[in-house]
Amino acid sequence: MSALLSVADAHVAYGKVEAVRSVSLEVGANQIVTIVGANGAGKTTLLSAIMGILPLKGRVAFAGQDLSRLDIEDRVAMGLGLVPEHRELFVTMNVEDNLELGAFRIERSKAKASMERVYTLFPRLKERRKQLAGTLSGGEQQMLAMGRALMGEPKLLMLDEPSLGLAPIIVADIFRIVTELRASGVSVLLVEQNAQAALKIADQAYVMELGEFVLSGKASDIAANERVAASYLGFQHEGASVI
Amino acid sequence: MNTTIMLFLVQDGITNGAIYALLGLALVLVFAVTRVILIPQGEFVTYGALTYASLAAGQMPGTAKLALALGIGAFVFDLFVARKALHGRLVVRSLVTNIVLPAIVLALTIYFAAQKPPVAVCIALSLVIVAMIGLYLYRIAFQPLAHTSVLVLLIASVGVHLALQGLGLLFFGAEGQRGPAVLSGSFTAGALRFTGQSITVYGITIAFIIGLWLFFGLTLYGKALRATAVNRLGARLAGIRTTLSGQIAFLLASVIGALSGIMIVPITTLYYDSGFLIGLKGFVAAIIGGLVSYPLTAVAALVVGIVEAFSSFYASNYKEVIVFMLLIPVLLLRSLAAPAVEEEKD
Repeated sequence: MSALLSVADAHVAYGKVEAVRSVSLEVGANQIVTIVGANGAGKTTLLSAIMGILPLKGRVAFAGQDLSRLDIEDRVAMGLGLVPEHRELFVTMNVEDNLELGAFRIERSKAKASMERVYTLFPRLKERRKQLAGTLSGGEQQMLAMGRALMGEPKLLMLDEPSLGLAPIIVADIFRIVTELRASGVSVLLVEQNAQAALKIADQAYVMELGEFVLSGKASDIAANERVAASYLGFQHEGASVI
Repeated sequence: MNTTIMLFLVQDGITNGAIYALLGLALVLVFAVTRVILIPQGEFVTYGALTYASLAAGQMPGTAKLALALGIGAFVFDLFVARKALHGRLVVRSLVTNIVLPAIVLALTIYFAAQKPPVAVCIALSLVIVAMIGLYLYRIAFQPLAHTSVLVLLIASVGVHLALQGLGLLFFGAEGQRGPAVLSGSFTAGALRFTGQSITVYGITIAFIIGLWLFFGLTLYGKALRATAVNRLGARLAGIRTTLSGQIAFLLASVIGALSGIMIVPITTLYYDSGFLIGLKGFVAAIIGGLVSYPLTAVAALVVGIVEAFSSFYASNYKEVIVFMLLIPVLLLRSLAAPAVEEEKD
């Protein structure tokens, strides 16, 4: 079976500075794949380029189709979703409007059922559905950002640092939901600084350093790797210890 | 001054203010969605007004031909951008919206212009013609620059304004025109006399504001427009095309402009270059609203209208100066309220 997302020999540059060099990656159906690495390794840059926000040199294919000529909106319509690090919510609009707009490219009749699914996944959002997105707590905003992306019925959801700055109990909740997504048939490409938590739920993992993948393989093998343990699992940020 | 005169001035101010309110709202909308400061808004006003007046007088307006010419330009742009991935559906869609549609409207205009059509037909044709001009202008002049800075967009906007004004002189000549009233007749209430035309202005303005409010609050496309204004990247990640939002914004702005023109031209004689000053007054209101607030813009527009009415009574030579001077205290207050100037991020 061919991979859902395959990236081959990708380069991403900001002007003359190459932030991502010769990176290749695959995400299969029903898989959680994680990219771990220190701050500034190029993880966010890579996700942005896969989504079409930044220009990428190399080959990116999704569901067997070449993405190079497609813009962000076309990629969304194909079933590729991104929850960016800064969430990019519509802060002056309420929760329900944010979700409704997430289904902009979906048939109206399906959007209703989609919203019910999101509310089952995040009951907190249902309680706050008339509240403005900008007034939600950090954790709720993260849930809304994920919910909005899920409204578009993605086949692959890319999550950029979903645990950043959140309380440990909410982080645990978000990681639980990520595994639920896999069970419901959505693949996830997860970028995390919280390597320990990410490696625990992922199937495959890549370790990124200074714009390159230095290690890849099954998540459990990567977690057991001594070098990874020393560089990433020893010095995690606060949220990690609970999970 | 006695009460009657004051009431007259207030009434006059509110009639003008209602129109400035519509124009101000359109400016806020276009700026929020596309970051374009729409200087040519005033040309939409004159084009709407003079197209309407020409049609009503049984003359063929040049704007219908301009719409077709711009449509052909927009079609070429569409093909050029999509040249590496052309497919049939895209070509057909672009052909229909950019060439077939204005060609049909041109044919209708030629047909109707020859036989002094009824007011309703004149209004419908004028609105459609100006709406198409607005839509194609966005495609040609602003969509290719969508990723650039506010300053570049402003320069393009000034360019479009000058070009349209020049073309306006070519189409309508240097002579002023007046159009027939949409609603004739009048009635008096106390000392005040309400003409059918001023009632039309109030009615249409209120209906349009309610319509816009419903559109933005309830419909998916209205919400998509707001979403683009709030967070461009967020909107794109939800699959909302920035170009679609821009097209809708320009369409609304040009229709609002043309409608305002059609409402004014039975009251005042309009020349090919009258629109600029009218648009600027809408702009004053939009600035007072900070280019973001719709309710504040509407209220400010009424204030602008009333100040203008009073200053034309007391010091008619200085009436424009007084209106534009309103900006100084507002800008001063705003700069004090927000001392930190944020650099535009790009």
